[in-house]
Amino acid sequence: MSAIRVPVVEKIFSTNDRIANQNRQTLTDKKVLAINLMASPGAGKTSFILSTINRLQDQFRIGVIEGDTAPVTIDSDKIISAGMPAVQINTGGDCHLDASMMSDGLDSLPLKDLDLVIVENVGNLICPAAWDLGTHFNLLVASVPEGDDKPYKYPNIYRGLEILIINKTDLQPYVEFKMDYFRQGVEMLNPGLVTFPVSCRTGEGMDAWIEWLSKKIIDFKKRS
Amino acid sequence: MHELSVTESLLKLALSHASQAKATKVTAINIVIGRLASIVDDSVQFYWDFVSEDSICAGAKLNFERRPAVLHCTDCSTDFTIEQDMTPCPKCGGMHTAIISGEEFYLDSIEIEKEAEKIS
Repeated sequence: MSAIRVPVVEKIFSTNDRIANQNRQTLTDKKVLAINLMASPGAGKTSFILSTINRLQDQFRIGVIEGDTAPVTIDSDKIISAGMPAVQINTGGDCHLDASMMSDGLDSLPLKDLDLVIVENVGNLICPAAWDLGTHFNLLVASVPEGDDKPYKYPNIYRGLEILIINKTDLQPYVEFKMDYFRQGVEMLNPGLVTFPVSCRTGEGMDAWIEWLSKKIIDFKKRS
Repeated sequence: MHELSVTESLLKLALSHASQAKATKVTAINIVIGRLASIVDDSVQFYWDFVSEDSICAGAKLNFERRPAVLHCTDCSTDFTIEQDMTPCPKCGGMHTAIISGEEFYLDSIEIEKEAEKIS
């Protein structure tokens, strides 16, 4: 017997990253823009998706992939009742979606009829940040009642974002949330991050987000 | 929290390279892990014994080489190492930074045993 050192130098996420790149290519080929939507539990992910769909449904066709740790279809039922195709993925207790689950989700959506796919990741600020799904944008829905210290406590998720939504701004008068302190933390981790403060309940701020997103969808169709 | 699936990926990767090298046993797994990679190495170690037990990786020693997090200050161009995640530039106090290193998480090498080549 002889002991031998075999050099590898391969990312431990390499399998996931390979599948993620395939997903991204499939979406790009079909001219479908995809967003990985992350948040803590209760930040308003599903409400935000529904508000977005309501405002865009006359202009674009939107599909939703719902990631949940338990086999409940509460979220996907809401999307389907809003008239859009949705597929539920049960992670079997896992704390995040990965690229292969995303690939299964894409297989169940009528991609050729869609302009936008929103992937609702599992409610969690740690694990989803580590897995590339193969979307084009990472979006985080933060919310005022969670507290203004979240960028400081969960830096990794903030570093990887292209879009930040600050939801429930209507609750600002009732909770201790210093917007300047929150945004200073975000600025350190991700300078110049595209940010939209909104309230899904009152609709405040949603117009700016919708205008930005509509433009991105149209640009993406032209470019790809 | 997600170390179980990470450990499973690590095992798959190690096994595939071990089989390419015609190993009969894997004795050590050398992993490089950056300060900013959100992986808890104690948890990986904990899961490792369970996920590897029926494979030629069973009993392999996990060696973690930790890499520091190095940031670049985009205000004054100083590079600096951080211990805490949210540290401003020590030179100018600037808050605008880009990551130079610290997010690494890869399998650097494996150590294997194989049957000595038969001399024919």
